[in-house]
Amino acid sequence: MGGSTGCWVSETLRSSIGKKGLMAVTGLMLFGFVVIHLLGNLQVYLPDKQALTQYGHLIKSKPAVLWGARLSLLAIVLVHAAAAILLAMENSAARPVKYHVRQWREAGYAARTMIISGPLILAYVVYHLLHFTTGHAHPDFNPDDVYRNVIVGFQNKAVALTYIVAMVMLATHLSHGLWSLCQTLGFNHPKYTPALRFASIAVATAIGAGYISIPVSVMLGILK
Amino acid sequence: MKLILHIWRQRGPNDAGKMVSYDVPDASPEMSFLEMLDVLNERLIEKGEEPVAFDHDCREGICGMCGIVINGIPHGPRPATTTCQLHMRTFNDGDQIFLEPWRAKAFPVVRDLVVDRSAFDRVISAGGFVSVNTGSAPEANSVPVAKKDADLAMDAAQCIGCGACVAACPNASAMLFTSAKVSHLGILPQGRPEAATRVQKMVSQMDAEGFGNCTNTRECEAACPKSIGVEFIARMNREYLCAALTDRPEAEGGGGV
Ligand code: HEM
Ligand code: FES
Repeated sequence: MGGSTGCWVSETLRSSIGKKGLMAVTGLMLFGFVVIHLLGNLQVYLPDKQALTQYGHLIKSKPAVLWGARLSLLAIVLVHAAAAILLAMENSAARPVKYHVRQWREAGYAARTMIISGPLILAYVVYHLLHFTTGHAHPDFNPDDVYRNVIVGFQNKAVALTYIVAMVMLATHLSHGLWSLCQTLGFNHPKYTPALRFASIAVATAIGAGYISIPVSVMLGILK
Repeated sequence: MKLILHIWRQRGPNDAGKMVSYDVPDASPEMSFLEMLDVLNERLIEKGEEPVAFDHDCREGICGMCGIVINGIPHGPRPATTTCQLHMRTFNDGDQIFLEPWRAKAFPVVRDLVVDRSAFDRVISAGGFVSVNTGSAPEANSVPVAKKDADLAMDAAQCIGCGACVAACPNASAMLFTSAKVSHLGILPQGRPEAATRVQKMVSQMDAEGFGNCTNTRECEAACPKSIGVEFIARMNREYLCAALTDRPEAEGGGGV
């Protein structure tokens, strides 16, 4: 900032818009991960039942890359969550006395519950890692047979339902998050914003449906 | 029309305050909302009670003084309408109406429905000066302004600083107000020289006042009596992030390269 002391990077990142920018950039990265992860998972439908397992082996065959990606994702999630929590604390402090009556006209359910869907997704991610990555939460885990781990895992209805609920939450989070991140980074124009808002919901729904299809297919016996 | 009003009563900044109910048996659909409150207040004064304090000045939708959260919506249910321009025909006989002040830490309640909005003034003055010469009117074509830029700047300049955006925001954020003030100068060539410094100073003052952060819910846009859109917020985000990367502090002796 013109003439002020202090480091411009930290000053920018600590501002309201800077923290939102961090959320937006990390949110975009997490979105990228979610898309790639979905494409990887959809290999479960390939006729070759070894495809998913081989993909798993491929990822694990390069420990440096694997751990680089894991640690980057962890850092991204931490920044995203830390910024979310800081922003949310400031937001609740900004209105100490609540309204008796409140009507919403534009704010949708997804937009108002980002700070709830976010932490729930995080909790799900922890469970998901214990379930399919380390196997601690899996009844019959075999690190060398990814395909079978998925089938056996989702044959438990409660587990399948947990995944479905979590993915509805993820889709909800993204349905607001995708257009929100564009707005935060300064992209808003009558030319494309209506399309962007529609695409945000459409892409989030497609991602949710893609993930949900897997436990549903296992429960229906389509995948076995 | 017969109405039941539930009004926030608070004697002063340090009073806890509470909702108090009043009957208004004789409102007419032609009255403006504030005239209806005038009628109530006259009756309260006759009874020796303290009248309800509310802000107003022009009563024609241009000054930005009025502002009441009516049934959970700043300035009430009609889009693009200030409280003073709202008429009782918008309501039905027998309605219960809740009246509350703007709620934000940065807008402390002075009394009843009146809040102190001087935080907005400080955000504006933090923006600093604009390089416009005073004196006689300049020759109209000396600084050409494209029609579309003039229109956009005028859209932003519609802001009357009423604070409904803050009141409507689930986070009590002042982004719509600040973005309108940043934009109406920043879009015009006259406002460009100081644009990068202006946006940074205004945003940091906005943050210092204790407003919340934008979560892009667009409630502000719906509440704005001047229909200022969140496009200006994106514009400010853009200008702010670019300014952080490109603005250079004034260097002593030279351009600082
Ligand atoms: C797979 C995980 C996640 C993805 C893909 C994701 C994606 C996104 C995106 C794209 C945004 C939009 C950024 C913006 O508003 O500019 C966002 C916002 C947000 N996220 Fe996440 N997120 C994830 C996990 C989380 C977690 C774990 C939390 C919990 C702390 C969280 C909390 C939030 C909050 C509070 C917002 C702000 C919403 C707003 O300002 O409107 N997210 N997320
Ligand atoms: S009193 Fe001036 S805008 Fe309502």
